[in-house]
Amino acid sequence: MTPSSVVSLRGVTKTYGPQRGVMDLDLEVREGELLAVLGPNGAGKTTTVEIMEGYRHPDRGTVRVLGLDPVRDRRRCVSQLGIMLQEGGVYPSLSVGEAVRLFASYFANPVPPGELLELVGLSERARSRYRTLSGGERQRLSLALALVGRPRLLFLDEPTAGMDPRARLVTWEAVREQRGRGVTVLLTTHSMEEAERLADRVAIINQGRLVALDTPAALIGAGGGGVVELETIERLTPAGLAKLSALPSVERSRELAPGRYLLRTTSAPEALVEVAALLRDEGPQVLRLQVGGGSLEEVFLELTGGAE
Amino acid sequence: MSGPPLAAPWPRSLRAQLRVELLLLLRQPENLLVILVLPVLLLALFAGARIFPSGAGRPADFLIPGVITVALMSTGMVTLGISTAYQRYYRVLKRLGGSPLPRVVLVTAKAGAVLLVEVSQVALLLVIGRLFFGWSGEVLAAIPLMLLGSVCFAGLGLTLAGALRAELTLGGANGLYLLFLVVGGVVLPIDHLPGWLQPVAAALPPALLSSSLRAALGSTAVAGSTVILLAAWTVVLAGAASLLFRWE
Repeated sequence: MTPSSVVSLRGVTKTYGPQRGVMDLDLEVREGELLAVLGPNGAGKTTTVEIMEGYRHPDRGTVRVLGLDPVRDRRRCVSQLGIMLQEGGVYPSLSVGEAVRLFASYFANPVPPGELLELVGLSERARSRYRTLSGGERQRLSLALALVGRPRLLFLDEPTAGMDPRARLVTWEAVREQRGRGVTVLLTTHSMEEAERLADRVAIINQGRLVALDTPAALIGAGGGGVVELETIERLTPAGLAKLSALPSVERSRELAPGRYLLRTTSAPEALVEVAALLRDEGPQVLRLQVGGGSLEEVFLELTGGAE
Repeated sequence: MSGPPLAAPWPRSLRAQLRVELLLLLRQPENLLVILVLPVLLLALFAGARIFPSGAGRPADFLIPGVITVALMSTGMVTLGISTAYQRYYRVLKRLGGSPLPRVVLVTAKAGAVLLVEVSQVALLLVIGRLFFGWSGEVLAAIPLMLLGSVCFAGLGLTLAGALRAELTLGGANGLYLLFLVVGGVVLPIDHLPGWLQPVAAALPPALLSSSLRAALGSTAVAGSTVILLAAWTVVLAGAASLLFRWE
């Protein structure tokens, strides 16, 4: 564990049967950063977070959180963490205010409940029972409960899933504010937009393995050496796509959308020439042909097999 | 920032948790129905019925120990069992496991809330019995039995909650409650049951508790075998509850 890392996973494996869990995971979360863990459903995002939170004991490997073993030093560890579960976690018949005051009673120096509800935009709902809240309001209450103890490290498991755009903005603002105060944040998400907007670094997990870990800019750029993006005026036929994949410097090609393709190449400049020549002779007409995937979404699809 | 965030001193957490657990027990109308309304209603309805053993004194002498048994079942088995199962279903227990609240404080708060409710139930039933049905009896001698019975029923409720999904705990606890109202010797004497059922019914916790309470409150000797069997049930059920308990 380097001095600046607050979470360190080394060779962590946790399996629940053949298709689930994480395999041989190495991951460091640095002090003060916001790390987004991105991956398709069932990739192992929640397993990764729950191992860090101390809910799961790994089959193999070592876990350090704030210098502690999150399972054995549970209470010392957890008093410095803010945990937001993917859903639930609150007594349904308590009101928003009662829930916040209850959680405040668990910490020596809690954030005043009124201030907290202001922060997540729930002041007007303080007297409403949890069961009457919308999905987005429940998520924001859950975020408030994660923040009440002034955590050093915040775990957010899909914090904006099911939120309307306005609630999402409020949540992003609250998360940015925590990050601005020096709180380290680890969040899991499906949303590329969320990762691009919030994250200092992005870890992409697929089928239980870490497949990429870098800044969003570097991840988008990293593909640039070997990735070519192609747009055509009409959709390629399966035979046309096969010919594209068979070009000497193209390793494989993927259809992002009808008429939009991402090519993994051994050499981008050579691939540009070959693709241009092929389509000049056989069509369809090229609208755009450029080096580099254009967004995190394309990097993500490239790395995770784009099954969605 | 001044040092790492710390957990609160436990008495503050315990007070807040106890308050919330009490609130949760009493806020649901269906809980109030089984905790308060049903035992009082059974007492009032059956006090006028002529089904009790002759020579057993006033109907209240039979009924008060019975409805106290019902009250302890309502709180420990039905309300605690069902609410615990649903707290797991809603991931409340999981979330609390990820907070600095010590487990022993959570368990103490739950036990404390149940105990406070039960003390109020018993006091209410005794006062009503005294004022309206001419009941009198030896309360102090019955307190250890009531404690034993309440641990036994709480163990049964938590065993159901640990073994079954929330919906099945709801059904199971309510089903057992109805069964125990009939075979528990609480409002209907056991000797009114079919002959083959009587020995089985007599060996189940509600009949063991109601019959030994009847003896203790009536200042007659409590059968040792009854208390031993009830204690055995309590050990088994409390043990099963703690073995089967799951946070998520």
